[in-house]
Formats: sequence, C-alpha cells, structure tokens
Amino acid sequence: MSAIAPKFRFSYFLKSILDNVFWIVTLFTLIGIPLVMILLFYIELPVINGKKLLDPYLALTTLADPSRQIPMLKSIIHSDFFRITAFPGFGFAALLAAATIFIERKMLAKLQLRVGPFYCGKVEGILQLMGDGLKLISKEIIIPAKADKPIFWAAPVLFVATAAAFVSLIPVASGGWVVADVDVGLLAVFAVIGFFPVITVLSAWSANSKYPFIGGLRALHQMVSFEIPLILSVLGIVILTGTLNLTEIVQSQDTYWWIVFLPIGAIVFFIAILAELERIPFDLPEAESEIVAGWLTEFSGMMYGLVQLGSYVKLYAFAALFVVLFLGGWHGPMVWPPFPEEIITNGITMGPITVHLPGLPLFDQQMLNDVLWFVIKTMGVIFVILLPRGVFPRIRIDLLLHIGWYKLIGLSFVNIFIALGLLYAGVLGPGGIL
Amino acid sequence: MTTQLPPGLQLEKLNERIMTLNVGPQHPGSGHMRLVIKVDGDYIVSCDPDPGYVHRGEEKMAEYRNYIQNIPHLERPVIHDSCNVLYPYCLGVEELLGVEVPERAQYLRVIASELNRCVYIQYWLAIYGIFLGHSTMFMWPAGDRELFIDLLEKMTGARVTHAFFVPGGIRNDVPANFEDMCLKRVNYFEKRIKEYAAIFYDNPILISRTRGAGVLSRDDAIRLGTTGSTLRASGVDFDLRKKEPYDVYSELDVHSNVLKDGDSYARSKIPWLDMLESCNIIRQALQKMPKSGSVRVKLKPNPKGGNDEVYKRVESGRGSLGCYIVSRSKPEPYRVKMSVGSFRNLICMPYLLKGEKLGNMPAVYWSLNYWPVEADR
Repeated sequence: MSAIAPKFRFSYFLKSILDNVFWIVTLFTLIGIPLVMILLFYIELPVINGKKLLDPYLALTTLADPSRQIPMLKSIIHSDFFRITAFPGFGFAALLAAATIFIERKMLAKLQLRVGPFYCGKVEGILQLMGDGLKLISKEIIIPAKADKPIFWAAPVLFVATAAAFVSLIPVASGGWVVADVDVGLLAVFAVIGFFPVITVLSAWSANSKYPFIGGLRALHQMVSFEIPLILSVLGIVILTGTLNLTEIVQSQDTYWWIVFLPIGAIVFFIAILAELERIPFDLPEAESEIVAGWLTEFSGMMYGLVQLGSYVKLYAFAALFVVLFLGGWHGPMVWPPFPEEIITNGITMGPITVHLPGLPLFDQQMLNDVLWFVIKTMGVIFVILLPRGVFPRIRIDLLLHIGWYKLIGLSFVNIFIALGLLYAGVLGPGGIL
Repeated sequence: MTTQLPPGLQLEKLNERIMTLNVGPQHPGSGHMRLVIKVDGDYIVSCDPDPGYVHRGEEKMAEYRNYIQNIPHLERPVIHDSCNVLYPYCLGVEELLGVEVPERAQYLRVIASELNRCVYIQYWLAIYGIFLGHSTMFMWPAGDRELFIDLLEKMTGARVTHAFFVPGGIRNDVPANFEDMCLKRVNYFEKRIKEYAAIFYDNPILISRTRGAGVLSRDDAIRLGTTGSTLRASGVDFDLRKKEPYDVYSELDVHSNVLKDGDSYARSKIPWLDMLESCNIIRQALQKMPKSGSVRVKLKPNPKGGNDEVYKRVESGRGSLGCYIVSRSKPEPYRVKMSVGSFRNLICMPYLLKGEKLGNMPAVYWSLNYWPVEADR
C-alpha cells in the first residue's frame, strides 16, 4: 500500500484546497460578518470616560487607528474575564507550568548526565512539550469497558478545574492582582485542596480496575494524612498576622519574611506540599514498579494530558502559596526600569504609518516589579520541589504515614509554640517590636 | 452446577478482603514473567511466580548443532553477561575434547568475564534503581556501562553478544594497546561507582525502605538452594571463584564479599561490592598476564567427544552457573543442561514476599538478582 493515493494528482490536490478556501470565504462573508454585526448591536460594550468605545460603526475603524485600541485593552485587562483566564489566573499558571516541565526535564537530564529533550524546537528542545501535547491530543481515548463512564470522563476535567480554582486564590502582585480576594483566603485554599483526594478516589474507583483502585486508596491515605500538618504548619502565621486573607499576609511581610521566624513551619509545609503533589519521594499513588501508574493507569490520550496539566498547575499553585506564606510574596527591591516620562504623558508614536498612542503603558512599574519578584521566587521554590526527583527513591506507605502522623504533626506543634512565644514576648504580632 | 474456579479466584471469592494482582508480563514492575500476587490490604498473602514467557529451548537447540555452532546461541539467555554464560560450556567442552588452553587466553578470559560481570551488574543496578523510583540510579549505571561495553567492543568486536569464548581459548587476540586502555577505564570506572554510594546506598530513604525487607536467614538461604549474591548476602561465603577456582582464578587474589543481614539492602549491596572486586581482579590479571603468546588452540573442523559426560560451573553475575554436557561420540552433544543462578534464586521469592508489604515487592523481587530470560532459557 503506497502512502499516496493511486489517482493522486497535484492539480486535484490544489483544487481541493482552493474549493475549501472558496467555501470558507463565501460562508464567512454571507453568514459570519452579519452575525458579528448583529452581535455587536446587542452586546453591551464597555463604556470608558462616558463614551462607548465600540459600536458596529466604529468596529472596523480601530484597525485603522490603533490608539482606539488602548483604552479597550485596558478595560479588558481590568475585566474579571481576563483575570480568570489570562493573567493572575489560569493562563499565567499554565504558562509557568509549561516552563516547569521544561526546567524539570533539562535539570533532571543534567543531574543524570544526559542531554534531555534536544531536537524539538532547535534550541535545547524547547518545543518538546508542544510536541508531546500534540501527540496526546491526537491519541485515541480508550475507556475501560466496565468503567463508570460519566465519572471517569469528569475526573480529569474536575482535576484541572480544582487546580484552577486553587490558582485563583493566589495574589500575584500588589494592587489587587488576584482573581478572588477572599477574606478567608487561607481557609478557601484548604477547602479547595480538600477536593483533590475526592477527585482522585472517584477517578480511581470509576475506572473499575485494580491498579487504579489501589493507587486511589494510596492517594487518599497520603493526601488526608498530610493535609493535617499542612494546615497546622500555617497556623503560626495566622496567629502572628491575625488574618486569613492572603493579600494581607503578604503585606505583613514587607520588612521580613515569615521563614526567618518560622523555619520549622516552612520545612513542614514544604514536605507536606511534596506529599500533596505526589512528587518523588512521595509518588506512591503513581508508583510505577508496584502498581503500574497508580490512579492514572486507565487514562489515555488527552485525559491523561489533562491530569498532567492539572498536576503541574497544582504544583505552581502550591509553590506560589509557599512564596505567599513564607517568602514574602511579591516583596523585593525595585529593579524594574521606570517608564520614560514622555510615554506616560504623551504616548508613543509607532509603526510605518505614524500613529500616536496615548495611554501606554498598560501596566504600572510597581505591578511589573512585583510580578517579576513573585515569578523569580516561585520558580525558585518549584526548582527545589523538582530537585528531590533526582536524588531520592520512592518511600513506602507505612514510612510515609509514620512521617505524616508522628514527625510532621509534632514539628508543626513546635512551630505553633514558637509563634505563640514570639507573640507573648511582644516581638511580633499586633503591638510587637518589629 | 458451578464450574470449578482456579485456586486463586476461589480464595478471592471466599474472602472479600483478598485481591489477586497479576503482576506481569505486561507490568513495568515485572520482567518477562508473571507474579500472581494476592494482597490483603497492603500485605502480600501469597506470591506465585510464573516464569516461562521467554522459553526458547536453548538446551534442545544445542543437541542439533556441533560444539562450535553452539557458541553464539548459548549466550542468548543473558546477552549482557554473555562471556560468563559461555564460560562453563567452554570449560566443559575443553575437558571433553582434552584441550589445554594457553595461559594468555586464560587471563584474557578472566578479564573479559570480569568486565562482563560489571556490565551485567550495572544493568541490574539500573533496573533496581528504577524499581525503587530512583531515576538517577537508572541513568548513571546505564551510562557508565558504556565504558566497558566500548572496551569489550574493541576486545571482541561486538558490543553485547560477544561470542568471545570458544572451546580452546578465545576467538581472537586483543588489540595492541589493550592493557593501557583497560587499566585506564577500570580505574575511572572504580572511581565512578564509588560515587553511587553517596546517592544510592547511603540514601536514608533507600535504607529505611530496603533494610529489613524480605529477610532471608542463613539456614533458609542454604535450604532453598539460593546462590550468588543472594546467598552471600545471607552470610554464606560461597564464591566459586574462590571455592572451585577455574582457569587462572587460583593464581589471583579473589576476595568474596559477604554480608550477614540477608535483607534486600544487603542483597542489593553485594553486587556493587562485587563490581569493586572485579576491578581489583582485572588489575591483577592485567599485571600477571603474559604479554604475548597464542590465545587459541586450533580444534579439528568437527570435533567429537568420547562417551563421556562433564559438569562445569562458574560464578556468573547471578551466582553459580553450571553446564552439564553429555557426549555420545558424535559431533553434536547428546545433552546440554544449564543450571542457572536465576532460577535458583527465584525459588525463594514466594517465601520472601509472604507477609511483606506490596510496596516492598519490587525491592525484594529485583534484589534476588534474577534475570527472567535466563531462568526460562
């Protein structure tokens, strides 16, 4: 069987492409453009400075005059939709998660004296992840015959959704750059984390297979027993700051970070997030040589891809939470260069057709500096989370539970007593010296 | 009428706590074999190893080929330890035909066999690392193994399946600068594998995980007939290179490594110590080796043995490896029987895994120094 059809002719091939293009253009002109116009008449568009920015008559003029787009972009950036999907929300997290995967592969390769991804994307295999993603999308999704199909389908989506909900609670920069600024932010975080074991067990159980079932039960044991030290280790910070709001917790660290005073809490929290993330040495729910791939065994194609995406977004979220709680969030010296005064006041001229663009820049200097420091710290924490993968073997479940229930809970109580001691000695907290 | 269920499923039906797991043959934690494991929660109630998925009938094939033609296919069971697999066969055929091997060939055989032992153990160690979830321990030995594979390629012409030992000596002499090259690589290799201790053998998580897992007492080890590293980890000093020296091992100072614990950690450490010992042996052999001379006794085109039988055994990477050859005055052997270390060590697996935790299964299983293809032959 040849790869090319027997009656293949290049002219037929071109003709089929031209046919497709013709029909797409025709249908778009006849149906698409009128539809867009009708939609623009009925949808309320943002009103800025008392003017309606975009109505059907002006819709196409923004192409000719880019200065019209600046206020529009600004209004989009400050909309909830942008926050949820793009900047402090899911898109930002997914981008950092992709960077994490690349860093993990290259770092692990260097540690193990090999090259790692190299060919895909010319420069050090930077497009390898994209290739893997395309492969996963094009793979067939196989569902076990006896699986509980609705739950089995829902589990990866729920996993990603829960991870995204977790991301939405993380404040990224000062000035309210957070999707959901909740007063009980820390409690909300733990409430969201509480969903992960439920989803894991549901997906493991619905696959109706032995290895996922064992993996799911292991994940349940691990997550439930490490949530307790995770919550207790943060209690010291809550005692000292007197707030559960994550933004206020960051604001309380403008002079010193909590890791300076509560190192034990930070260590306990770090070990607990390693276990929550199912990373080596705590990757028992996915222990390959024992239970194939644990609760991921029956996932195939993009379902597996979604779970991986969710777990890396979760990794980013936990690392960001560590930064927010212990490493001072976005605080750092101002290193971002200030924008030239004439850009802020007069705007810039750009392009072959000289267009005057007032209203730039879209973000202020403080915010960009905050994001820079936040990303640097988060990537540092992620790096430390990734590092044990090259150094440690997998731990056994009884040793894991022993660590969780005896050592970490004991240490987190020590941490609480340190915090209380600092509070009553009048060093920190409301009315403290520092 | 109810049909009779197989025993495993009966147990599952009687007691709902018991779950049967088919570990293998398509399981990342098994080799080319199957382990039928019954678990009660996280504890293994019983384990039934089921080898035979890669049976190739090597012994039967040997009856249709003459003594020389048997060389390349008899090494197939353990291609990454091919010199040691051929060793007892060559010794046996030499005794049958009454051939005296030249001294230089004997030394070169010892060197090739020790190099190959290191290659085998590195492969084994790589898989032991990945079985415990330690991916660095997978990559490091797999990479350092290349040092000796390249050396063996220069020596024998093939990277893995060397077919280097022939009855009457070795197939060809080594290249001119072999001694220097070998010494340099052995020294570097020794320095390199000492680094494994820092990342693997002294790793607190590894120790907490394998220490006390699958303890095989000295008496049980002897009673169950284990051999090689499994036996020596249980405190029995049994190394054929020392106990029944063949070729020039009697002239070399061989130290056999023995640990008394008998747990998975000791079983995993013995091969590593063996590699260090192999480096010592290679250095001694390089020193004592005659610098020139014949390496092969020319045999007749189709040699015939007498009405005789012979049993020879050597210390392979997995323990004592014996070869029993029966000759009936024909160019082909009447019977070739291999007694392999893998199968002997497999026998103690059900004893060790009973009552262990499921998480210990790979740690115990692979520490037995078991190679499924060799067990099936």
